[in-house]
Parts: sequence; structure tokens; C-alpha cells
Amino acid sequence: MRAEMFVKPVRRLAVAVAVLLAAALPAVAQQAAMPQQSAGPGAAPTVAADPQLEADVMELSHKLRCLVCQNQSIAESNAPLALDLRDQVREQLAAGRSKNDVIDYLVARYGDFVLYDPPFKATTLLLWGGPVLLLVGGAGWLAWRLRRRQGELAAMHGLSEAERRRARELLAGDAKQSSSESPESRS
Amino acid sequence: MKAKFLVPLLLFFALAGFLAFGLTLNPREVPSPLIDKPAPAFSLARLDDPARPFALEEMKGQVWLLNVWASWCVACRQEHPVLVRMAQQKLVPVVGLNYKEVRGDGAINARGMALEAETALAIERAQRWLDDHGDPYVLSVLDIDGRVGIDFGVYGVPETFLIDGEGRIRYKHIGPITPESLQQVIMPKIEEVRRAG
Repeated sequence: MRAEMFVKPVRRLAVAVAVLLAAALPAVAQQAAMPQQSAGPGAAPTVAADPQLEADVMELSHKLRCLVCQNQSIAESNAPLALDLRDQVREQLAAGRSKNDVIDYLVARYGDFVLYDPPFKATTLLLWGGPVLLLVGGAGWLAWRLRRRQGELAAMHGLSEAERRRARELLAGDAKQSSSESPESRS
Repeated sequence: MKAKFLVPLLLFFALAGFLAFGLTLNPREVPSPLIDKPAPAFSLARLDDPARPFALEEMKGQVWLLNVWASWCVACRQEHPVLVRMAQQKLVPVVGLNYKEVRGDGAINARGMALEAETALAIERAQRWLDDHGDPYVLSVLDIDGRVGIDFGVYGVPETFLIDGEGRIRYKHIGPITPESLQQVIMPKIEEVRRAG
């Protein structure tokens, strides 16, 4: 019975999520040429003969974002566009271009979006400076709070002689009272 | 400092505001760095006459659209009637860039296919599609391997580029053209470019 009560909301949640997803899907109207090809015998991706070159291609590909499956690099994605771009990277590196040349080539066509490591410039100032700003701001606020608290504590230390005497009396009286108390009387 | 208890509430509203704004953005629309830059030069075979290459310069002096399409592209079917109507009203010349007609189709394994055979198949498929659905293009060119598509920063089909009389890309429309986007965005952009040029 209890298990059933538990299952129901979970199932309802799952249905709700499924409905939301189904509603969101048609919004992606652009045909994003997803990988449809099953990996047949002829579908293996091309690989450079030179292992060093292939290693360079893969290293660079891991830094480049696929525009179709946006949270994958072009090394990870199997979208046709990612394969095309990987071929481009391989071809250009094989032709003797530097890694920076290849990056410039892709940025010129697809923008900074292809880079997983965004460059530091005017439009990314907040992105790069934000954490520093937060850290400095937070540290400043903390320092200010601590100093204020210190001031408050110092102000509390300033008791007059009469106040001190009264405090001592209270403490002494309290001590006497608690010592006269027997364990039995408490219960 | 009496309203201190309101601080979390205000923070919540600020966060909710940011998130609400985020919902209006489409992460699939990646802004093109090619806007206001010269369109990448290319020379590709024409669909109607594969022996004759078409180059960008032939459209010099005109404001025109370059529409990326393929017969395997489902969203192109949705946009096609809009293009046909545009052609009937002679709103703007549209050149078709047929993108990876054969190897872009997930149903065909084009690896190992000879380029001549692939080109012949592409022409047959593309022509049949235009015969079935109407041909709104002044001409179409064949980008068999998608290389020109990469030069234009194409990452999905359909996409449409607005190119001015000097061959500069002035606007990029990502996804199918709808009657609304045509009326509210694309036509005003075309008018603007025409006035400026």
C-alpha cells in the first residue's frame, strides 16, 4: 500500500516530464541533421595514417564545439556536420597549417561559439571578470561585517563599575542557588 | 535596514527575471560572424546545367537570397510553399544551394560512392523534388560535399542568407522561412538593404 502511494506521484512526474518534452520537440523545427546512419561496415570515420597527426586532430577536435549537438565536441559528436568539420581539421593539419590557423578558420565561419574556451574580449568581460568581481565583492563585504562586529563587541565591553558589580552579584547569587539545588528537587 | 527581510524576495525576483529572459532565447540559433562580411566566394555546378559553373559575381548589383535546401530536409518542405509564393510575387531573386543532396541523407550510405555517380544521383533527386514541389529558384547549385556550406557557416538545413549588391551577407535566417518571419523580418531587411544600396 505504502509502496503504491510512492509509485504514483513518481509515475505522474514521469508522465509530466514526457509531455513537456513532447511539447518542446516541435520547437526544434530546423532539421538538425542528426546522426541517422547506423554504423554499417562502410561507415567507420576516416582516420589519418599518421598516428601523431590523428592525435593532433583529436586533441583539437575536443576543443571545438559541435553546432548540431551543442553539448558535445566535434570529437565526440557523430552528427554529419561534426564528421565534416573533423575532416576539415584533419585535412588542414595534414596540409601543414598550425592549430591556430585551423581554429581561426572555424571561428571565421561559425563564430566564437565553436570554442569551448571562450576568448577574453569586450563581450566576454563579465564572463571572465564575474567570478573575480564576486570574490572581491564578497571578501570586501565580509571584511566590512567583521569590522562592524568588532566595533559592536568593543562597545559591549564598556560596562560601568556599577554594572560590573551587579553582574558579579547576579552570577554569585546564581551559583549559590544552583549549588543548593539537589538533584531530587529538579524532578 | 528595516526592509531587510525583503532582500531574499528581491533576489528571487532578480533570478526569476534572468531565467524568464533566458526562456525567450533560442540556443539553436547561433549568430553568424559573417554578417556584413563579403560572402565566401564559390563556384559550383548548376543543377539545370551541371557543365556550367555558377559564381557569386553573377548576382552582383542585385539584392538576393541564398537558400540552403535538400530533398531529404523535412523543414524545407514546410518552407517551400512560402518560397514558391515569393517567386510568384517576384519579391526577390532566390538562388538555391542544394546542400549534400546524397551524402546528407541518412537513408543512403554514400561512403565509397564515386563523385560522378553521386553527382548524377544528386541531380536526379534534386530535380525530381523541384518538379514535385515547384521550383522557386532563379537557379540552384550543387554543393555535393557540403564544403561551400561550411564556408557559409551552415550547420543545419534550411538556412537563408540575404546578400546585397556588393556581395556582402547582410542577414542570416536560421530554420524555415514562415509567412510571419518573411513579413516581419526578412522583407523589412530586404527593403532596408535595397534603400541603402
